[in-house]
Amino acid sequence: MITPAIVRRNTPHRYRMEAQKCAACGKVFFPPRLVCTCGSRKFKAYALPSEGKVITHTVIRTAPRGFGDEAPYCMGIVELKDGSRVLCQIADCEPHRLKVGLQVTIEFRKIQEAGESGVIAYGYKAVPER
Amino acid sequence: MRDVAIIGIGMTDFGEMWNDSLRDLFVKASLEAMDDAGVDHIDGLVAGCMSPGLFAGQEHIGSLMADYLGQAPIPGVRVESACASGGMALRTGIAYVASGMHNVVLCGGVEKMTDVSGAQATYALATAADQDYEAFHGVTFPGLYAMMATAHMHKYGTKREDLAQVAVKNHDNGLLNPHAQYRMKITVEQVINSVKVADPLNILDCSPITDGAAAVIICPLEMAKKMKKKPVVKISASTHATDTIALHQRDDITWLKSTAEAAAKAYKMAGVKPEQIDFAEVHDCFTIAEICVLEAMGIVKKGEGGKATREGLTARDGKFPVNPSGGLKSKGHPVGATGIAQIHEIVTQLRGEAGRRQLKRARRALAQNMGGSGGSAVVHILEVL
Amino acid sequence: MAGIVGYGAYIPRYRIKVEEIAKVWGADAPSFKKGLMLREKSVPGPDQDVITISVEAARNAMKRAGVSGAKVGAIYVGSESHPYAVKPTGTAVAEVIGAVNDCHCADLSFACKAGSEGMFLAYGLVKSGEVEYAMGIGSDTSQGAPGDALEYSAAAGGAAFLMGLKNVVAEVECQYSFMSDTPDFWRREYMHYPRHGGRFTGDMAYFKHVRGGVEGILKKAKGKPRDFKYAVFHQPNGKFPMKMAKDLGFSDEQMKTGLLVPTLGNTYSGASPLGLSAILDEAKPGDRILMCSFGSGAGSDAFIFTCTRELPKVQGKAKKTRDYLDTNPFYLDYGTYVKFRRKIRKNVED
Ligand SMILES: [Zn+2]
Repeated sequence: MITPAIVRRNTPHRYRMEAQKCAACGKVFFPPRLVCTCGSRKFKAYALPSEGKVITHTVIRTAPRGFGDEAPYCMGIVELKDGSRVLCQIADCEPHRLKVGLQVTIEFRKIQEAGESGVIAYGYKAVPER
Repeated sequence: MRDVAIIGIGMTDFGEMWNDSLRDLFVKASLEAMDDAGVDHIDGLVAGCMSPGLFAGQEHIGSLMADYLGQAPIPGVRVESACASGGMALRTGIAYVASGMHNVVLCGGVEKMTDVSGAQATYALATAADQDYEAFHGVTFPGLYAMMATAHMHKYGTKREDLAQVAVKNHDNGLLNPHAQYRMKITVEQVINSVKVADPLNILDCSPITDGAAAVIICPLEMAKKMKKKPVVKISASTHATDTIALHQRDDITWLKSTAEAAAKAYKMAGVKPEQIDFAEVHDCFTIAEICVLEAMGIVKKGEGGKATREGLTARDGKFPVNPSGGLKSKGHPVGATGIAQIHEIVTQLRGEAGRRQLKRARRALAQNMGGSGGSAVVHILEVL
Repeated sequence: MAGIVGYGAYIPRYRIKVEEIAKVWGADAPSFKKGLMLREKSVPGPDQDVITISVEAARNAMKRAGVSGAKVGAIYVGSESHPYAVKPTGTAVAEVIGAVNDCHCADLSFACKAGSEGMFLAYGLVKSGEVEYAMGIGSDTSQGAPGDALEYSAAAGGAAFLMGLKNVVAEVECQYSFMSDTPDFWRREYMHYPRHGGRFTGDMAYFKHVRGGVEGILKKAKGKPRDFKYAVFHQPNGKFPMKMAKDLGFSDEQMKTGLLVPTLGNTYSGASPLGLSAILDEAKPGDRILMCSFGSGAGSDAFIFTCTRELPKVQGKAKKTRDYLDTNPFYLDYGTYVKFRRKIRKNVED
């Protein structure tokens, strides 16, 4: 779902990769949460690194509503340099280049739009080295 | 807490049911279950359904179904736990009966999926993933399971053929199930060469889009024993566990923690070891899922689900038959109905009514129903007295 | 002295060759290539637009500058393909680099010189002491009507320049602007593609205004063409800037580093800014650079930069312009290109 309020609410983590670190146990949460699995509710702001590697992947060929024009597109779970993980598209990547361990960098891309006249939702994608 | 038994079962054919609406499906399965139990009145109704709103534009189905079943004003409620909604409906009904709140309860599951386009169905199913951090990025359910498959193949050396074998085996079983949506034999080559959906998963690795419903009638065990109509099937365990619904937030992407947790609790509750279970109906929404489920349930060691399937452990004539009904893969996967349809198959087998697909050894069996990419799991152990 | 403290480029990875477009329209590719001195052009991916390109260029500029986003007091993005007709591009850039909320932001437009306008404003603000750092960005996902000569050149890319007073890598020595009201190229409200005056766009528009800008700044700075190591002009194709250079007395040697158009195409507001970033990637302390943009309508902004000893320290801190331009491009066929550029009429998705 893409609405103005949802786009605005998600801006800190989708635009700037803002995560948080539990003040008690040091666990990193991306996106932020209100309570840590250790029970602590105190967190410090923390920016995720923009480099990492693919730990698993797929190529989406049957896409959900709103993504049809982009199919086939690569997706994966990326483990960033600090060990935190994000799930995102792997853009500018030929399917045959996908492999576990592929080095990627986070780039700012358009993710979805609410039709031709609605708001545009931006966010992060992983991109392999050119 | 009172012991609970299943006294009636019913289900519709699974498939593209162009002439049946959401309520038609639910009511047909429910009437069959009531007839099977020999009851014309129920004290309560629990309907498992993942997304009647997105698939049929209809919420508030607890009351709708109670009304159309001719049972209003009995209490009727819908429960939702994504693809585990059916299993959750049974578990919720068990709580009503075990606690003494109600005596005879109908637990049903239903999904009407074919009234929307493929892209809309894909979207609706993806709402079971984390909307803000998974679905937002364009991932689909096949995509999430495909990532589990990629990780499993990378970590354990599971082969593409092992995945395909799950589908081949389940289609062999479904061939004998008159309710199944896809009653056809398939080969490993056909699976591997079928249309790609989300690499490495192809269309024949995926459960289909299905309309259908299933229902069971439960009551206190002591009451069931007095009815003496058919063999009494006792529910000896009912458990539920959760995990992160976002796949990437799990420590091990190949490990279905919720299933492991629910299965371990179920064995304990029933006082049995995995070896004492004769067969299982498990949530093979994708071929890789069945492999991961076998591991999480402790049937095989971590990483050996593919190998075990290849070696025939889970075949109908194997040591531990899995999905004699054809599973979600061949029988079809009307999401909310699936958990109850698994119970339908187990009761049919335990009663010795499974006809051509009847298993030789069928005294005690396990049903595992899973929501999303494993964010929830419901496990039941049933035994025939 | 005020000047550039950080700069960054971004060019999408997709390309289409002149032959591929010419084939569809029955045009003579060799003569187009020769006439325009253009072999291929960049194309934005389906998930790229002026906001994403501006953001990546800005991130690279911030990496080189090494200053906190919170210190950036103004952001200007010049483009003729802002994703929204109403709703700024610069605010998204500000969010990403962390310049919110204490920041002045505006989107600019003046055909292809919108980018240099942003640089002009940013420079003026830091020079006057109004803000500590200010960013000017030129970025476009240019549109050319199918079958029009512009379709062969309209490309995608952008460059960002952070202006400041401390640790300046290229000082602004002189600035001069030149303009007149000349309708050589335009796009009316609600129209998809720009239109142009054909041959009128040459002498009366491009050459007149670039000449005006360059001669004006040389006069203001009391300089001559040979005083510069590098020169970069707006580059709608390869032919125009090279002819201009020859007429004004600049050599091929001075022009070649900033001339990206043969394999990049015309990135409109990003064109001369990208040329400048390519020069800054290679320049050495003491090198002087003359830049002159051109925007239809029409006008030009000219700058004279002098590179400082800080420049070599930042060149390697982010990806270079040529890294984006020359490394492993993806070549598109015309069908995929028109799909990416949404030129295909489809059913509305249900
Ligand atoms: Zn903690």
